[in-house]
Amino acid sequence: MTTKKLRYYATGILSLAVACVVFVVPFLFIIVNALKDKPEAARLHFTWPTETHLWENLVAVVQARDYMLITAFINSIVLTVVAVTGLVVFGAMVGFVLQRRPSRWSGLINFMVLAGLIMPPAVVPTIWLLQWLGLFKTLSGLILIEIAYSLSFSVLLFRAFIATIPRELDEAAILEGAGPFTLFFRVVLPLLKPVAVTVIVVQSVAIFNDFTNPLYYLPGAKNATVQLTLFNFQSMFNTSYNLLFMNILIITIPPLIMFLFFNRQIVEGMTAGAVKG
Amino acid sequence: MTTQNKKGTRRAFAAAYPSWFYLPAAVIFGILFLFPTFASLFFSLTRWTLFKYSFIGLDNFRQFFSEPFLVWGLINTLIYAVVTSGSKVVLGMLLGILLTSNVMMRGLLRAIVFFPVLVSTIGVGITFTMLMHPTNGLINDVIAVLGVKGPAWLTDPRFALLSVAFVDVWKGVGLATVIYIAGIVSIPAEYYEAAKMDGANALQRFWNVTLPLARPATVTVIILSLIGGLRSFDLIWAMTKGGPGFTTDVVASVIYKQYQAGFYGLSTAGNVVLFVLVAAIVVPLSFFLNRREVEA
Repeated sequence: MTTKKLRYYATGILSLAVACVVFVVPFLFIIVNALKDKPEAARLHFTWPTETHLWENLVAVVQARDYMLITAFINSIVLTVVAVTGLVVFGAMVGFVLQRRPSRWSGLINFMVLAGLIMPPAVVPTIWLLQWLGLFKTLSGLILIEIAYSLSFSVLLFRAFIATIPRELDEAAILEGAGPFTLFFRVVLPLLKPVAVTVIVVQSVAIFNDFTNPLYYLPGAKNATVQLTLFNFQSMFNTSYNLLFMNILIITIPPLIMFLFFNRQIVEGMTAGAVKG
Repeated sequence: MTTQNKKGTRRAFAAAYPSWFYLPAAVIFGILFLFPTFASLFFSLTRWTLFKYSFIGLDNFRQFFSEPFLVWGLINTLIYAVVTSGSKVVLGMLLGILLTSNVMMRGLLRAIVFFPVLVSTIGVGITFTMLMHPTNGLINDVIAVLGVKGPAWLTDPRFALLSVAFVDVWKGVGLATVIYIAGIVSIPAEYYEAAKMDGANALQRFWNVTLPLARPATVTVIILSLIGGLRSFDLIWAMTKGGPGFTTDVVASVIYKQYQAGFYGLSTAGNVVLFVLVAAIVVPLSFFLNRREVEA
């Protein structure tokens, strides 16, 4: 009994120690260096700052390049909110009809969903197309791109969840005289709340953190998103590591908040989406 | 009367799930994803300035498979994908077993392992570039305590690709772990009890129960991390930009470099190579792995 208990504590403490060294130290490293002044941060040591410069560094990062971080935050939030709204509504509509009424198109649609999950997008032809449509270097263009690239994931999750909603419910609504619009938006969509929350949190984290698509489709200083700004600050602040780490710290906060509130939904969504994909 | 009514109801049911519900998604996906994909097949055969193109046959592809730096991109992509995917399977499974066992502060441990999945890849890349700094970096400081001089992780051509792959695993192993946790939790406890009754030790239980029954999780982790690994760009771009030389260039970074240099046809050819590569590896593999699952 005592050896068993000893082993329990030994493995527990050992795992926690290893996990802290491997996974927590890099985050602490970001935090302590974000609080240092410039010469101290330049040494890249993992030590508590001799003097904390939280407010100073925060102000310096926010003011850099004419308040670029503020612009970037606004752009990223608009991008995330609008794209995720589109993903939820359009994804749920496809998932709904696809699950409820199989037809000769279903096979093709399922194939497209898988293709959208697996295939890397063709970037230069997309840029050419966006230019032709007048959407290149615009936030609306990038919003549509993010919707196009993430629709598959959204459709998969909604279709799987809709399969668990009894059909009798639809039938009752139809016999009451509900049209397709009322049926979907008034009856079905409210029932999709759990899976909608999952899609919302998983996709907002993914789109907020996206770097590659803004890099290709939204270049230019005015159009910065938070990830692009961070990337550009890397060369601009290559002597002010304290500000660079402060920037990393600031843009880690939104995903951290999501994680604290929606840990379960995120894990569920990622595993469910993965297993079905 | 009744038949007419029935017909009417049936029509009402069909009309309740109208095809136009597909429309918004189909328009966005069709125009912004499918159309460029098909267009890329054509433009990969051209020399292209976005305004003018001239047809040059397979020259772009010939160049792709003969220029050493482009060939390196292809080889590195394969190495990167296999190394990251393999490590995520092994580490994800071990962590999954640990985090489904009766371990202290299990919830906290799961959260710690998973959190890096949600953090900005660029932020992680920059942070690890600092941690891997050859003279000031924390990693080499720790190694120096042991009396060994650590290598220049990101600037030594022998280590650079594997160093970036390590960071990729660090960031992504949490996802593999939660997939394994879901897989292991769904294995009925009776199997373990029966194995215990038969006198199987922990290793035998792992080998004969956990490993085969967690197979769907393994398949998922392999497929997902292979897709991610073959397409990966942002971490590499944030850490090394393909350097030193071309030693960490992958197909995705070659596509971006050729695009920046204005070689749009060649860049698009790189894109075609990438999706042929992804499809040629992922589709047969998932078919094979899923079929074996059914037989077993």
